[in-house]
Amino acid sequence: MGEGLVVVEDVHKVYKTGDVEVHALRGVSMRVDPGEFVAIMGASGSGKSTLMNILGCLDRPTSGRYLLAGREVSRMDRNELAEVRNEVLGFVFQSFNLLARTSAIENVELPLVYRGIGAKERARRATAALERVGLAARLDHTPAQLSGGQQQRVAIARALVGEPKVILADEPTGNLDSRTSIEVMALFQELGAQGITVVLVTHEADIAEFSSRVVVVKDGLILSDEKQAPKDARVALAAAKAAAPPPPPGVAERSP
Amino acid sequence: MNPLVTLRIALRAVLRNKMRSFLTTLGIIIGVAAVIAMMAIGAGAKAQVEAAFSAMGTNLLIVLPGSTTAGGSFGGFGTMPTLTWDDLAAIRNEVPTVKSAAPSMRSNQSLVSGELNWTTNVTGTTPEYFDIRAWPIAVGSAFTQSDVDTAAKVVVLGQTVVDRLYGPSANPVGQTVRIGNTPFVVAGVAARKGQSATGQDYDDAAFIPVTTFAQRIQGGLGKFLTGQIFVQATSAQTTARALEDVRALLRDRHRLGPGADDDFSIRNLSEIAGAQQQGTETMTTLLASVAAVSLLVGGIGIMNIMLVSVTERTREIGIRMAIGAKPRSILAQFLIEALVLSLAGGLIGVALGVGVATWLAGKFRWPMQIQVDVITVSVGFSALVGVVFGLYPARKASRLDPIDALRYE
Repeated sequence: MGEGLVVVEDVHKVYKTGDVEVHALRGVSMRVDPGEFVAIMGASGSGKSTLMNILGCLDRPTSGRYLLAGREVSRMDRNELAEVRNEVLGFVFQSFNLLARTSAIENVELPLVYRGIGAKERARRATAALERVGLAARLDHTPAQLSGGQQQRVAIARALVGEPKVILADEPTGNLDSRTSIEVMALFQELGAQGITVVLVTHEADIAEFSSRVVVVKDGLILSDEKQAPKDARVALAAAKAAAPPPPPGVAERSP
Repeated sequence: MNPLVTLRIALRAVLRNKMRSFLTTLGIIIGVAAVIAMMAIGAGAKAQVEAAFSAMGTNLLIVLPGSTTAGGSFGGFGTMPTLTWDDLAAIRNEVPTVKSAAPSMRSNQSLVSGELNWTTNVTGTTPEYFDIRAWPIAVGSAFTQSDVDTAAKVVVLGQTVVDRLYGPSANPVGQTVRIGNTPFVVAGVAARKGQSATGQDYDDAAFIPVTTFAQRIQGGLGKFLTGQIFVQATSAQTTARALEDVRALLRDRHRLGPGADDDFSIRNLSEIAGAQQQGTETMTTLLASVAAVSLLVGGIGIMNIMLVSVTERTREIGIRMAIGAKPRSILAQFLIEALVLSLAGGLIGVALGVGVATWLAGKFRWPMQIQVDVITVSVGFSALVGVVFGLYPARKASRLDPIDALRYE
């Protein structure tokens, strides 16, 4: 085994609310190798969100080590963490988290803005990223002009544009209908095939089926960690299309 | 992060809430406009006072003869002829701080030219008078010392008199005008001087040699100089000294012992001008400080709305942080937003201030002077207000926890 891309060793996280201490994580260890598609599952309150925040460098562990792409991030300050988030990670959220009243391409350019990349290069890379998620025709649409699935694709393009080593997706299908969910999972599988590591947090078992490895978290500990043969999202999509006719245009998609 | 990109983000945020942004900057707009307008009108008033006093003459002292007393009732200065022609010569020759001196004897006389006549104030004086009063001759020339020596019948007319007797565009030089029954040749026309500080028309006047005045109007040149002496000091700094010197000279010449009252009086016009100017300056300072307070209030308004903006956009801040914005990028974003607001307010304020000053000046016929340095300072100050009052909200934004910010609804 080589050096893991994501290496977590005995990570604890304790929140203090007044006098009460909440142990959200009680010693989690795991490693993710490049190209893996990992689903982290767990009920609410299991600590999976806390784990996700730590993996995403949004939060620091109370104790334990976290090595991301060979760098010790658990002791970094806010500026260094921001740099790591910008260069190594890409985020996809449940509620899309796009900037409102801002065009798709500008949303996708944003990580490059904070990296200090020039306007022309930003536009070129953002266009390429949007093409990659199949939204080449929607560059100038604002989130309000896009359907949920399209918004999530823009968010994925934004996560991709900085060429991250790991994409972290926190319940990315939570706000999508089942068919759009499968479309998004197909996109993730495609990225995995291109060598991008994806870590997905979900509480839906049928979404976790599309990953190559399922980690179950319970009460702040890893309950199980098993590799599996992923379900092919393209096949599932074809099946879903056969089962139900596609919605008439203009209903699901609010594009003008 | 690129400052231009930051500026664009800030501009977009400001323009997204146009009405709110406008109301936020209103405090700054009013403050800056008030400063600009007040200072413009204040400076104009000051310049007017300065012009009015410099029209009287520069570094000017006026020596008046003493007062008559009749049974304990004083007639006032100038009623008793105590100044002599020798006094005038002594002031001219013996006081080093005096540059020149000229007598001024006055009488209202009717001037007649052909069918037209006009009654005006005729002054008998010497050629130095025009210098002392800083009053150039527009057409022709002033009378000369030899005119004074020979009591020549020549006259210099004020512009108003020319207007009345010959019409506004006429050149009366060489023409004859009668003062009383004596014909005078017009030697020159004094340049238009306008109104005095008290509204008197300077140009409604005629000037003849003092000797001619004594012979033809007063009826004989006596020992006493029945008028005033205009004295010009060598410089603004020596005016006060010159006053003391002239006073000492006259007391000595009039043989006044210690303790005796002066039998003359000397007025220092520069002092009056200084007091007037100080009054205007105090007024301007007062108005400007009121305006500065309104700028401060405007700054608080900006801080208020920036705090609202930070709260409103907590989620946006969270998104930006999650994808790699450093705290200082967030700080810069909100600071520049505050700066854009305050600077826009400042610039609109300048335009408004200039407009209001121009309008007031036009409506009430006030003089005004737009001052570039005042504009620069008030725009700079409004930018400073933006930075100072934008700092706290911007710091607050930059210190948000990204997780909490992302979760904020």
